[in-house]
Amino acid sequence: MSAALASSRTNGSEVVKELAFFAVIALLMSVMLLGVETVDRPTGLELAVRWDLVLIAIVSTVIGRLGLIFRRESISRLWQAVLITVTAVAVFEMFVRFRELDDRWVSPVVLDMAFGSVVSTILAIAFVVIVFATAYFTMKVQGAVEVDQSKKLSAKIQLTYRSNTKKIGLIGIVFFFIFPLLFGDDRSAIDLATLVMIYIMLGWGLNIVVGLAGLLDLGYVAFYAVGAYSYALLSQNFDLSFWLCLPLAGIFAASFGIILGFPVLRLRGDYLAIVTLGFGEIIRVVLINWYDFTGGPDGISSIERPSFFGLADFSRRVPEGAISFGDLFGLDYSSMHRLIFLYYLILVLALVTNFVTLRLRKLPIGRAWEALREDEIACRSLGINPTNTKLSAFAIGAMFGGFAGAFFATRQGFISPESFTFLESAVILAIVVLGGMGSQIGVVLAAIVMIGFPEMFRELAEYRMLIFGAGIVAIMLWRPRGLLSFRDPTILLNMSQKEKVAGEIK
Amino acid sequence: MDWAYFLQQLINGLTLGAIYGLIAIGYTMVYGIIGMINFAHGEIYMIGAFHSLITFLICQAAGISGILPLTLLLMLFVSMVLTSIYGWGVERVAYRPLRGSFRLAALISAIGMSIFLQNFVQISQGARVKPMQPLVEGGITLMESANFDVQLSYMQIVIIVLTFVLMVVFSLLIAKTSLGRAQRACEQDRTMAGLLGVNVDRTISTTFVMGAALASVAGMMVTLYYGVIDFYIGFLAGVKAFTAAVLGGIGSLPGAMLGGLLIGLIEAFWSGYLTIEYKDVATFGILVLVLIFRPWGLLGKPEVEKV
Repeated sequence: MSAALASSRTNGSEVVKELAFFAVIALLMSVMLLGVETVDRPTGLELAVRWDLVLIAIVSTVIGRLGLIFRRESISRLWQAVLITVTAVAVFEMFVRFRELDDRWVSPVVLDMAFGSVVSTILAIAFVVIVFATAYFTMKVQGAVEVDQSKKLSAKIQLTYRSNTKKIGLIGIVFFFIFPLLFGDDRSAIDLATLVMIYIMLGWGLNIVVGLAGLLDLGYVAFYAVGAYSYALLSQNFDLSFWLCLPLAGIFAASFGIILGFPVLRLRGDYLAIVTLGFGEIIRVVLINWYDFTGGPDGISSIERPSFFGLADFSRRVPEGAISFGDLFGLDYSSMHRLIFLYYLILVLALVTNFVTLRLRKLPIGRAWEALREDEIACRSLGINPTNTKLSAFAIGAMFGGFAGAFFATRQGFISPESFTFLESAVILAIVVLGGMGSQIGVVLAAIVMIGFPEMFRELAEYRMLIFGAGIVAIMLWRPRGLLSFRDPTILLNMSQKEKVAGEIK
Repeated sequence: MDWAYFLQQLINGLTLGAIYGLIAIGYTMVYGIIGMINFAHGEIYMIGAFHSLITFLICQAAGISGILPLTLLLMLFVSMVLTSIYGWGVERVAYRPLRGSFRLAALISAIGMSIFLQNFVQISQGARVKPMQPLVEGGITLMESANFDVQLSYMQIVIIVLTFVLMVVFSLLIAKTSLGRAQRACEQDRTMAGLLGVNVDRTISTTFVMGAALASVAGMMVTLYYGVIDFYIGFLAGVKAFTAAVLGGIGSLPGAMLGGLLIGLIEAFWSGYLTIEYKDVATFGILVLVLIFRPWGLLGKPEVEKV
């Protein structure tokens, strides 16, 4: 339908019909889930009506659709921008209304805000202006660049990015190294950076499996959990130090990777994805139910914090016979020391992951992964053993997941099966895919976008996952191949093929 | 061996299996026609459950909840209609633009959609568990033994009969109508079907609508049968139904039903005779075993790898 409409200008009545159709759809979709709320009362469930939300849903759908029609018919950018602005305001209105259940039908919140006080008037106007300006200028850029040219432009950006990856990488590394110097006093900044870094490491680890070997793993969090629980249990039961447990956690996770991977790696893409998801869930269910061993849903608490390479301790009250970090370097005690140390620790771990990946890519095994991703049958006929090759990718990816898990356990001091749900796997996978599979810098970018931004908007906590889900869909629609595009095979038989491969859309 | 206990588990398993089977059909149809795992299908089932719960509450508020058949029919009808629009919308928004893109893109988009829908319901309806009073009460005592009475509740009868009826209707729909023919044609070769005048887009949309309608029936049954729902029920049920679809042979309609019944039975017997905590592990274990030893499932055909 849409293809036919795009070629010729649509007349007015067709537009009205189309809009009416979407209005009805919006009405039917929202009438119950938005329009009626189930409220818990002592006597049972009761209903509360909120038709205003339905109205807003319909209005924003219709206006949004009208925007799409305008786009299709290439009607002036000004109008498109106006429509986008109105849609944004309507959606915003809906968000606000979710929270305020009383005072229904009084007046639109946006208007309330605008006439409430001078400050909120300015804020409301600023909001509208910003949305409008963004919409307008995006349109302008897009309008100015014809389709072909926009492809050329994106190819140009790609090329610049590709020829400068080393520089960009170095700048990134330097930035992350001096980050604590810039924000050293800001506890939340360091915490956030550490969190982002954990996900960067997990993303890089999973990138070996998904990006290089092309195996879709939806249960990566299982290895993260194995690493975390190995460290927690080893340190509690055998009193081993973090530095000894870190490699052990990696080894355990890798062995799990081999045990789990061996039977399933023969499967094709989607099936493999579901089986790995199943394994992830099995591990979680076992963690919950094996009470004697894992502490069940209560988890394991007071996990030992890492020392400064076994030389000094970070706590305020140092145990007998140990030296505190402050004394070792002649500094006063500060609780930030440990946080900054943890930050550098995960930074180094992540960089090790990255470095190993970069080197592996140049080794025969890395070549085999990429070749296998591109064409399994060709690989088999050339004598590559697909199972062993995939297994090695699975195991190495799992090992880095295990390292990250051990780090997570020691940083949090508390772990429970709650931290290792499917959602976590989905987040890590989203980071890899959104970054552009196989692209190392893409992972960093995606981790910052996916983890950093939502954490910054903590106030919107309830809406975080909602926006997260919508964001994944939106980015997939906008750039199905990731923010930075796919990584091509490192080496091809005929290097001039490289451009050809890059040009093809897979 | 206690036969009464065995019979009871059998009944429970069949009931559960009927529900899984209905959800599994949605997976299998979508996989058959566009070759993707509709990861958001579990959430569609959850939305169906919410729609039927809210319809019931509206009936209650309107004072017609006393007339049981009318209430049940309304719940069924409203929930099917409204939920299938969600199925349609999900396909339109998240999958159609990605058709022809690389395989994983659609799967990732589906995962995003699943997270979105889950959180949408959590925000709009609240995170707490929603209780629902039993509507269909009572049952037949089939067998009495020394320490155990075998009960077949009316609700279980309703579930099994309704599932059976829907299965027959949908099988006929696929086998006899022009819509079913179009679907089978798209399944075999989408381009060719398009060339021969089948409206491919519409056929795929209809597939999603049908899958969602069946899932919403499953959602309604669960609401009535267990009496509690929350926004999170879609994930586990989705994975289990997918397991059922794979077990029966993905792409095969009777296979999905058979797989559903088997999964339901296995789960019931596992919780009845072994440990209830590890029943999910049992399902996942079966999924893994089937995929390793018979990836084309019980009733499916092995896929020929084309070069």
